[in-house]
Amino acid sequence: MLLDFEKPIHELEAKLKEMKELASRTDMDVTEAVKSLEERIATLKKETFDNLTRWQRVQLARHTMRPYSLDYIQLMCSDFIELHGDRQVKDDKAMVGGLGLIEGKSFMMIGHQKGRNTKERQYRNFGMPNPEGYRKALRLMRIAEKFEVPIVCFIDTQGAYPGLEAEARGQGEAIARNIKEMFDIKVPIICIVIGEGGSGGALGIGVGDKVFMLENTWYSVISPESCSSILWRSRDHKEQAADALKLTAKDMMGFGLIDDIITEPLGGAHTDYQTTAENVKKVILEETEKLLRINHGLRRYNRIEKFSKMGVFEE
Amino acid sequence: MSWFKRKERNITTPTNEKRDSPDMWFKTPSGGIMLKKELVANQYVCPDEGYHVRITPQQYFEILFDNEKFEELDANMRSKDPLKFTDSKPYPQRLEAMEAKIQSVDALRSAHGSINGQKWVVAAMDFRFIGGSMGSVVGEKIARATNYALEHQIPLLIISQSGGARMMEAGFSLMQMAKTSARLALLAEAGVPYISLLTNPTTGGVTASFAMLGDFNIAEPGSLIGFAGPRVIRETIGKDLPKDFQTAEFIEEHGFLDFIVDRRELKSTLSRLITILKSRDSDKQ
Repeated sequence: MLLDFEKPIHELEAKLKEMKELASRTDMDVTEAVKSLEERIATLKKETFDNLTRWQRVQLARHTMRPYSLDYIQLMCSDFIELHGDRQVKDDKAMVGGLGLIEGKSFMMIGHQKGRNTKERQYRNFGMPNPEGYRKALRLMRIAEKFEVPIVCFIDTQGAYPGLEAEARGQGEAIARNIKEMFDIKVPIICIVIGEGGSGGALGIGVGDKVFMLENTWYSVISPESCSSILWRSRDHKEQAADALKLTAKDMMGFGLIDDIITEPLGGAHTDYQTTAENVKKVILEETEKLLRINHGLRRYNRIEKFSKMGVFEE
Repeated sequence: MSWFKRKERNITTPTNEKRDSPDMWFKTPSGGIMLKKELVANQYVCPDEGYHVRITPQQYFEILFDNEKFEELDANMRSKDPLKFTDSKPYPQRLEAMEAKIQSVDALRSAHGSINGQKWVVAAMDFRFIGGSMGSVVGEKIARATNYALEHQIPLLIISQSGGARMMEAGFSLMQMAKTSARLALLAEAGVPYISLLTNPTTGGVTASFAMLGDFNIAEPGSLIGFAGPRVIRETIGKDLPKDFQTAEFIEEHGFLDFIVDRRELKSTLSRLITILKSRDSDKQ
């Protein structure tokens, strides 16, 4: 799948490939042409990605080829054992978790999980957890706390699932409890928005000592489409809504609502899994190291105070 | 052609002669008519059908606090516009218009005072103010009310009445869910009771944070309570919703409420609860 603004870049890249193939088949010297084309591609890429609109970033955040939680886990962990179930109702496939090793150190890895094709998407419920997902996540966090293992949460959801059973089983209560109890967890928690940060469904695993967003992600109280349909009575104003919500990593960083931004390779995370995962891994290791130097009481105090300061008002 | 034809105009009354006084009467949902005065005396509950009329923070304060005496907290805290948010009109204009219309500065008021002689902090939301939505002001006032309860070791009551988060404050609004929950985590740790009263309606980010975090979650009868709103759910599942879905009674039946309380018994119930909690025989060791 190609996004509109990716197409010109893709066309040039296709041309470059063609040219190289031609050169390998014939004796033509295309060095100069290749060089100039490569330069053009680099310039166009930089220009495009330096000037992305908010809506374009939303599109990148949802790119079907974007790495998901299990991709990061696979790329970062030398070993990983997935753990299932909330011990009450069932195993929510939209929320995954388990114990993993990164550079020989143990972590509890938790994250929303989307699917890539129709079948997978349905299996993962489009990355929208039911209450069981949040309860599973909390169960795993308590295990991590018990065995003093730091926690990493990957956030990537449009929102918690708005369904009949979800309501009957207490979607609101499940999210509320997670948010509150994440303030009590004694081990370090690092949260990273890797795609979409949709409202309470995101925040349900989003209370961390450090909260990061990848460069091309969004995090807000509502999706641009839903915002558009409520405020403009139609989904057509999604671009305008994205601008109004100021939902990009840069916006959120500017407001002091997240701690930092993790850079993506030029062209977006989906064009280079390896580099993206390296960037994420580096942040996780460095931040855990720093957080572990603080005792857990102070860490909890800092976590509470950080969120307590969020808000703008006058009196 | 009709059998009878009215030759003259309908009976009319010139506007200045009209003596209807809409403030005097209240029409109940089933079509009954009652005196407003009677309704007030009945704490805004229709006697026949038990229907709970939605009321304001001021009215809750008057119902709950002894002799209607209370001291308001942070009465002048106002929203700002960090996002410079504009839809059909700029957010500051919306705020001003709201304030002028209902004489209230945001969607929550908090106060402390005595309820049957016991000291309490009460924070009550106001659905009239942009759907009772939670922005920075609601979050901060709840945080401070919670701090007040913690500092004075007195019980906290939060009365929810909200459609959820306030879109015009986007990310800030979302983080109020975390902020309020953080303060409540500290209150819980200190063993100070927190009672959450859910009224009609309580949905969205409010349900998914402080409203569901009470030591005791209670609700007024018939209130709409849920995370996602009924319209969103209907659109998602493409089916009509069961009749009593997301009512307080449904939520109680599914195990998320301790009990449902009639507004006329709210004050006495709160006192009884705290009295029983406090009357414990302490550990002898």
